[in-house]
Amino acid sequence: MTSDQAGPVDGSARTQPGGRAGADGGVPVVSVEGITKHFGSVQALRGVDLEVHAGEVVGLVGDNGAGKSTLVNILSGGYQPNSGTIRVDGQRVSFSSSLDARRMGIETVYQDLALAPDLSVWANIFLGREELVKGPLRHVGWLNRRSMIASAEKDLERTRIRIGSVGSVAGRLSGGQRQAIAVGRAVAWGSRVILMDEPTAALGVEQQERVGELVATVASQGVPVLLISHNLPQVYRICDRVVVLFQGQVVANLRPSECSLDDIVSWITGAALGGRP
Amino acid sequence: MPARLPSAFSRPGTTLTPPRGPAETPVGAPARSRWLHLVDQIGDFWIVGVLVLMVVVFGALAPSLFSRGAWLSISNYSVEYLILAVGQTFVIMTGGIDLSDGAVLGLSGMVSGAVMQSMYNAHASGLLTTVIGFAIALAVGALVGFGNGFLITRLKLPPFIVTLGSLTAVGAAPSLINGGTEISNLPSQIGSLGTSAIGGWVYVTFLIAVVVAVIFGFVLHRTRFGLRTYAIGSNGLSARRAGIDVDRHLIWVYTLSGFLAGLAGMMVMANFNVANPLSGQNDELDAIAAVVIGGASLFGGRGHMLGTFVGTMIISLLVTGLVLVNVNGSWTEVATGIIIVAAVAMDQVRVRLAER
Repeated sequence: MTSDQAGPVDGSARTQPGGRAGADGGVPVVSVEGITKHFGSVQALRGVDLEVHAGEVVGLVGDNGAGKSTLVNILSGGYQPNSGTIRVDGQRVSFSSSLDARRMGIETVYQDLALAPDLSVWANIFLGREELVKGPLRHVGWLNRRSMIASAEKDLERTRIRIGSVGSVAGRLSGGQRQAIAVGRAVAWGSRVILMDEPTAALGVEQQERVGELVATVASQGVPVLLISHNLPQVYRICDRVVVLFQGQVVANLRPSECSLDDIVSWITGAALGGRP
Repeated sequence: MPARLPSAFSRPGTTLTPPRGPAETPVGAPARSRWLHLVDQIGDFWIVGVLVLMVVVFGALAPSLFSRGAWLSISNYSVEYLILAVGQTFVIMTGGIDLSDGAVLGLSGMVSGAVMQSMYNAHASGLLTTVIGFAIALAVGALVGFGNGFLITRLKLPPFIVTLGSLTAVGAAPSLINGGTEISNLPSQIGSLGTSAIGGWVYVTFLIAVVVAVIFGFVLHRTRFGLRTYAIGSNGLSARRAGIDVDRHLIWVYTLSGFLAGLAGMMVMANFNVANPLSGQNDELDAIAAVVIGGASLFGGRGHMLGTFVGTMIISLLVTGLVLVNVNGSWTEVATGIIIVAAVAMDQVRVRLAER
């Protein structure tokens, strides 16, 4: 491993542009600088810097409690950081809710999927962004179900994620199918960046591969993906860069093409730090 | 609706190349047996069969059930419960409960009655007095409902506790009005409303209740408000993440419940042509029972307005039917309790079968 593969461990690591579309070194689509977050006395993030460029697939890995989900929640508007800056296309932004992040084109596949199990597949895809009919009934919020059903079918068809009927109740689908809905929803709406928090956790091997292909396809369209996963072989295979969080800090910024899977594991476990926290 | 942003797959000039491999069959799709298919087809509407069965059984035991008088009795009994149950359906869909709507019914009726009596004594026109009386009852109901919603969302208190408090406080308030005695000097329009029957078969008050159920049935099942109501009850966190202002929505839902309790208060007043401080006592339990019998989940997210209507009619039919077959009225509560438990048990069985 070379020294430029690993960022400093003082939390001031800067990501290196890389990968298929991020090599231009232009303005990152999304970046965070000096993000800190604590919950009571627990310091979850300690000055995290991260950049995600157009077309990149960036893996965010770390042991349990490293701060991965906290960072994703901050980027998706679920948490507000205690300090630090978030930029979208170079502009400083702040998210007071997940709606703010979604309005900026940041979509998230949450670890718990964030589905309403009693609603249909199409309703889950359009929840919060429902389409209304035209005409007077629009003023009473009359849903354009036909349009949303057709769009949902197309969205899922494009992603080759087959659910059966989009009228099916989400809670009656298998875990893999529910995960597929969440992924399909994010892909359908995500225009700037897609955050995926363990998107393959409940999937079988074949479905994991399909999500991997989907991630690569999305990135090839210029939309970057920030992927959190414990599936390190998959992260190693599909990511352009891998950022390692350790105890709330970015400790490494690696390119899989220039390191081994074992190198990544050693950063995750802290072994590569040589005893330094 | 915010404009749909161009997504990864809808950017102009880009074409998605499908990943390699054959189209995948749905993962984990259960093999559907005929029995499960039948269960799915019946869906939430098995309770309609229960209503039909009750009509057949009571009709066989007491043919007078099919008389005009019996029908008027059943439909008239259902009016206040149906209107309350409509509001309760929205509340229960969000995973909440409104224990106060019976008390709100009583309070709104008494406040409205007191105002109408004063106006009528001051020789205001009967029609104007009636219109103002309605407006006041609806406003009082909506105000209490708003208060419930406000406390639930701002203080993060459980709906059960807040509405239990309202039930106690609001339930005592009617006895402070008019010395706790009923108000009887009301415009003739009120009494006419309660006794008028279209074609001799359909009370106007019943028609109003059905129209309310139909309108709010469409609101629940066909509008954004309804969809979000279901979503909040199904998974509140997901609803928040979807950008829904859950607190504001809940305030609207509880306000609606109170509003409809105010309307029910006017219907009860019209039925008896008096405002009675004891009106509405324990009505909330029958309204909740109707919603639950109709297939709604007390955990939220699942239910149907048609089920609520059927549940209300089952309770009303039970009351009249047991009288017609000369069964002690106390058995009505026993039978209602059994039906509630049976309805929930049946629903759970159905859900488990469907999830296999």
